[in-house]
Amino acid sequence: MKWLFALLLMALPVRAEDIVSGVSQSDVSITTNFNGTAILIYGAAIRDAPPPDWPLLQVIVTVEGPSTPLVIRKKERVAGIWQNRGVVDIASAPSFYAVATTGPLEDILSPGEDATYHVSIPSTIQAISGKEDEEAYVAALQRIRAASGQYRLAENSVLLLRQALFRTDVTLPANLVEGDYRVRIFLTRGGKVIDMQENVIDVQKAGLERWLYNLAMQQPLAYGVISLALAMIAGWGASELFRRFRL
Amino acid sequence: MQLFLPIAEVSVNAFVLLGIGGLVGFLSGMFGVGGGFLITPLLMLIGVPSGVAVATGANQVVASSISGVLAQFKRRAVDMKMGSVLTIGGLAGSTFGGWVFDLMSKLGQTDLFVQLSYVLFLGFVGGMMLTESVRALRRVGAPKVKRGKVHALVHDLPFKVKFRASGLYISIIPPVAAGFLVGFLSAIMGVGGGFIMVPMMIYILGMPTKVVVGTSLFQITFVTGYTTLVHAVTHHTVDMMLALLLIVGGVIGAQIGTKVGVKLKAEQLRILLSLMVLAVAVKIGFDLVLTPSELYSVSAR
Repeated sequence: MKWLFALLLMALPVRAEDIVSGVSQSDVSITTNFNGTAILIYGAAIRDAPPPDWPLLQVIVTVEGPSTPLVIRKKERVAGIWQNRGVVDIASAPSFYAVATTGPLEDILSPGEDATYHVSIPSTIQAISGKEDEEAYVAALQRIRAASGQYRLAENSVLLLRQALFRTDVTLPANLVEGDYRVRIFLTRGGKVIDMQENVIDVQKAGLERWLYNLAMQQPLAYGVISLALAMIAGWGASELFRRFRL
Repeated sequence: MQLFLPIAEVSVNAFVLLGIGGLVGFLSGMFGVGGGFLITPLLMLIGVPSGVAVATGANQVVASSISGVLAQFKRRAVDMKMGSVLTIGGLAGSTFGGWVFDLMSKLGQTDLFVQLSYVLFLGFVGGMMLTESVRALRRVGAPKVKRGKVHALVHDLPFKVKFRASGLYISIIPPVAAGFLVGFLSAIMGVGGGFIMVPMMIYILGMPTKVVVGTSLFQITFVTGYTTLVHAVTHHTVDMMLALLLIVGGVIGAQIGTKVGVKLKAEQLRILLSLMVLAVAVKIGFDLVLTPSELYSVSAR
């Protein structure tokens, strides 16, 4: 009984920590002059009892764009020319994924918890090929998307005050895919997740962008004809203009 | 000024697009080429997806060609009958090219296919034009040997038709075949095909230089218009916002280009055009042979 009591003592304050959080924007409109936007994610850990002194509270914030299936190809030199040879299919990978933490991710989240919650960037990518060199392809996907700003790991970028209040900024790039962006906030102690909260940011094209996009997808023939008419009027108009004014 | 493109889904600088449109329009007016062989690689260079670059490039070529063809109409430099025959071949070729393009994208070899076509056709045409023009410049005043020689082929085939504006009485088969080839290239390379149409008209069909530019623009307008529609309907890859900016730059450039083109000699024009075509071929050729910095690529499934 003694060990059970000790365990309860350890567990109790842990369970009693909850997240209260907010996101500066619940929707993002992609308009003509959209050039990316910064999202502020903030919150606090509220408790019924004083927190344990050790291990320290850590915060992880993830922002995840809609996932899609992908194909990764590898070029090889054949007869002096570089061409695509190897192929690995990815069942699902997020179009955007940012992780912000209060410390090194390896130290504040155990591998088991990562496997459960899919927090780290590699854990969000599901490869299905079963090929031997699959890892190299998945690594390449991460490298390419990290270079384009789609995948980001920002350790120590969450500001945590007095083991309770936290905030971080996550910048959404200009090349956003439409859809629901899932914002997750994790509280961890000693590598274990003690609470998790989810928010959603709705990313949508708006105004002219929305109208053109819908027309192109739903009325492709009408859209094509309008595109052509526009091109012809502009071409003819310029020709007339130059003739009239003899430029 | 940054602008978010609704179909390409990238944010690009509006002035860069106006500049690309202007440059390509200028060349279009000057040489009688649509300029697609420049616009498609340039758009891909600034981050526009290749499918959108090809389709929107075709749409922009419609505008710059129509502005060019109208200018040529006023000078009576368009052979309508020849243009129509070339267009019929072009529409068939474009349809076939679209089918081949889809096949290649299923095999994951679109980029290689497009790049190889660029190197092969641009290299061949550019090289041929350059040697011809240099030779022609050297024997100033000498009679045009080439035109007499090609007449044998276009005369021996059946279905002869009179093309009055070109002063030709030739078989209909070579122009239809030429149109088909150019339409095919239009679909797979995202080009108008003027760079290959112009030399074919001169060296194979034996058309007089004065109607070549206008007639090729006439054919390009119709074939790229058709290509635009096909891409809009089957791939949803025409970006109207992108096209509009390219067009605004392009139509102005085309008018200036036409005026400059009139002042230059035909041989000079051909040397300039061939050098530019060769430069693009060499650049793409290097990309194929040099070790790329990133061996892997990601695409949607």
